Amino acid sequence: MELTRGMIRRFARSSVDGIDATLLTVALLLMALGLATLYSASQESPERVIWQLRHLAVALGAMWLVARMPPQVIMRSAFPVYVAGLLLLIAVALFGDVVNGARRWLSVGVMRFQPSEMMKIAMPLMLAWFFHRNEGNLRPREFVIAGILVAVPAMLIARQPDLGTALLVAAAGFYVIFFAGLSWKAMGGLVALALASLPPIWSLLHDYQRRRILTLLDPSQDPLGAGYHIIQSTIAIGAGGLSGKGWLKGTQAHLEFIPERHTDFIFAVYSEEFGLIGNCVLLVLYALLIARGLAIAAQAATLFGRLLAGAISLIFFTYAFVNMGMVSGVLPVVGVPLPFLSYGGTALLTLFIAIGLLMNIQKQRKLVRT
Amino acid sequence: MIGLTELRNTERELHAFRTRVLVAAAVVLVTFGLLGARFVWLQLVQHEYYHTRAEDNRIAIVPLPPRRGLIFDRNGVVLARNYSAYTLEIAPRKVSDLDGTIKMLSNIVAIGSRDRSRFAKHLVEARNAESLPIRTRLSDEEVARFAVSRYRFPGVEIKARHFRQYPFGATASHVLGYIGRIDARDVERLEELGVEANYRGTEYIGKRGVEASYQQSLHGETGFEQVEIDAAGRGIRSLSETPARPGHNVILTLDIRLQQVAEAAFEGRRGALVALDPSSGAVLAFVSMPNYDPNLFVDGIDVQSWKALNSSPDRPLNNRAIAGVYPPGSTFKPFMALAALTLGERTPESTIQDPGYFILGERRFRDSHVGGHGTVNLRKSIVVSSDVYYYQLAHDMGIEAIAGFMQQFGFGARTGIDLEGEASGVLPSPQWKMKRFARREQQHWYAGETISIGIGQGYNAYTPLQLAAATAAIANGGALYRPHVVSYIEDARTSKRETIVPQLIRQIPLKPEHVAFVQDAMAGVNSEGTGARAFAGAEYTSAGKTGTAQVVGIKQNEKYDETKIDERLRDHSLFIAFAPVESPKIALAVIVENGGFGSRTAAPIARTVLDYFLLGKRPETTSQASAARDGERP
Repeated sequence: MELTRGMIRRFARSSVDGIDATLLTVALLLMALGLATLYSASQESPERVIWQLRHLAVALGAMWLVARMPPQVIMRSAFPVYVAGLLLLIAVALFGDVVNGARRWLSVGVMRFQPSEMMKIAMPLMLAWFFHRNEGNLRPREFVIAGILVAVPAMLIARQPDLGTALLVAAAGFYVIFFAGLSWKAMGGLVALALASLPPIWSLLHDYQRRRILTLLDPSQDPLGAGYHIIQSTIAIGAGGLSGKGWLKGTQAHLEFIPERHTDFIFAVYSEEFGLIGNCVLLVLYALLIARGLAIAAQAATLFGRLLAGAISLIFFTYAFVNMGMVSGVLPVVGVPLPFLSYGGTALLTLFIAIGLLMNIQKQRKLVRT
Repeated sequence: MIGLTELRNTERELHAFRTRVLVAAAVVLVTFGLLGARFVWLQLVQHEYYHTRAEDNRIAIVPLPPRRGLIFDRNGVVLARNYSAYTLEIAPRKVSDLDGTIKMLSNIVAIGSRDRSRFAKHLVEARNAESLPIRTRLSDEEVARFAVSRYRFPGVEIKARHFRQYPFGATASHVLGYIGRIDARDVERLEELGVEANYRGTEYIGKRGVEASYQQSLHGETGFEQVEIDAAGRGIRSLSETPARPGHNVILTLDIRLQQVAEAAFEGRRGALVALDPSSGAVLAFVSMPNYDPNLFVDGIDVQSWKALNSSPDRPLNNRAIAGVYPPGSTFKPFMALAALTLGERTPESTIQDPGYFILGERRFRDSHVGGHGTVNLRKSIVVSSDVYYYQLAHDMGIEAIAGFMQQFGFGARTGIDLEGEASGVLPSPQWKMKRFARREQQHWYAGETISIGIGQGYNAYTPLQLAAATAAIANGGALYRPHVVSYIEDARTSKRETIVPQLIRQIPLKPEHVAFVQDAMAGVNSEGTGARAFAGAEYTSAGKTGTAQVVGIKQNEKYDETKIDERLRDHSLFIAFAPVESPKIALAVIVENGGFGSRTAAPIARTVLDYFLLGKRPETTSQASAARDGERP
């Protein structure tokens, strides 16, 4: 008896070993808000909520595994994962399935998946590993190579065409470069270059991409198409007011005015029902998550850990900011899910793997200190 | 010392990193602050405005689906039309107890087991649909009865819908095709074409035939109505309307009366017939038997009918005219003769002796005419259909020359007809065999294989459409046209026409005297040869060629005895023809599956079609046809 109880206790202790309570709590709180909103957005049918719970179970399992992996394994996996992601992106360009006029999906037997999703994690892993290998020896040459490592997959994704994801993947890579210490002067130069390249990029954009940017400036121009999304989601947010209409009482969502209300536009549903107070809660939760991530970065034992943790924190920030910005009508509609709230298995898996990586880095610090 | 600087370096790097973390944190705070400000702006400052817009001025954009275009035959007879009828529809998401509701509904309106199984099928296929029909075509009385007890059925509504109807039923079903409810695969296709916005509110889409291949023209453009709705989602008033543009009408090249005559001529046998206008490639008649009633599919086919159609051994859903491939049998001989003349392999004068067999190495190739035809020249070889002549000719020409020549007539290649599901068939050649077979020993081309190619057997496999198009090319002196079933598309409102211009695939370089020779020999078939019985007493000149295609191989010393062979293993009966010989107006190919000799079943069908097309004569009785059927050998 005593023996088994001891074993159970030891097992219980060892299974939570490496799990960061703060990160997990914040992520699960966000999930809870997401599931409640999802239930409302699905007209109170539990089907999607149940599916999302299944996704969550898988994602938590993945997080647990990643958090407990030996750090060397993660570091060693960076290069092969990146190369595999790159090869898959090339495969998509050659044999991918076309959906919505874009070639993003790769069929694997009966399943289809988006290699660009994989790049969201592979990119910061690869760059962090690259800088870690060249630690203490970072000259401009290394930064140029890093730039190429970012640009190649980003361009492949942009050609699919999936401009939104391309920018996000590029941002993920840029964050690593930023934390690795790219000089302010160089960054200023890059900004100038980016501004200068806007006109030629505009001429390369697909019509629908230009239309999205134009409708952002004036949504009323295209009330049936792209502008419709922005008009309706803005109305939903504004109608929410200070305290919201209450859970399950949002009319914009329930009368099906909000398109993609389970996925990219779920924030409009949330905002209508929970109001400004709800929005502030959401911002605070995201801020806590990001702050915890940045704290882990600041205390990480290795350069690899520092860079990876810093980049992941800023990726969380970017997703949350871009999604809420687009739904509230200050950023173009680029198809970015709201972290932990939007419906979707792949995105959830990616998010919790990222959380797992943060936990892994945090655990490593403890090992070094004691 | 070194250790110290390294330590200091790490310290400095760490410091620099932490500075950047602080910068990042500051950026996060500022941007979140900006977002927060945006929320304050929308939710506090502008709240009244948006609140009003959300509560009082809800504008729903309701799609107005267009009315589908009609399909006519070349004489303006309507082949596919729309009618409106009341349907009883259930919104599955608003009804908790579907079975109970249906049971209660069946006390008010008649709901049969077919209606139930069809509803169940819809439910599986379109799970996210707004509402699904449980009964279609309600009578006025049923509408009234439901209206009285409507309050008892939340989520059940009567709707006026347009339905497709094909007044001629099964006639020309393989050309017209049918429409059906949009399914997941259709949605994917529409998304790929980038036209899914135009299908908001559309429920039906062309699935087969012209309904599918001219879907875009027939569909029209969806309009939109801006409707003000109240908090419960009910429409209050219409604000603005962009009307739908109805679909274009499609006018076929087909003559539905000719089509009826042609289909009736098959007398229930399986097979196909394609009749073309040799001067344009326009399809005059297009038969694939058995056919099916496209009306069954219109409001969703029920499970029983679908199973019956799908599992019938006669395969009524197969479009034999474009997707069935058959060896052409002796109908290949006129093309071989033309090849021989064009390539200088034979002259009209040269003769051979036909003893009834041809020997290559140790193999003996039999003539279907026991004892042979004696001395045979090129004309006689076509008129009496000598096999030995073409065994020898194929052997002399070689497979490469045959394939090279036949390819010009479009054999073994899709014609590009404006219908979906066309097969390419097989034009045999050593290169084809290399690609077709994986094993080395199978890839080799044997000289013996060339011999049977000469009489249209062996690997030869063409669609009836290819055969008809090639026959038309003999009739018109070598112009191979892309066959088409649509004559023009007409804007229903403006009557503006978009004509389908005949497309010349290629002008085959042939000498006029060679073409004239083959045409004359084919005329001989119908006046004195294997087609003479079927064309006895015709009031016009015609040219033809009979064919018999083996379904099973017959062993070296075995005799083919029809009575002993299972019906489905009997030979296919073929006939190609064009008329009048001097200025051909029609060219056709007929195949009757397991019909035996070409002269017996296929030729009389061709005669019936030509009689009607050229003279307007309907077959009075079937006695003439059956009399001709006990004809000669091919």
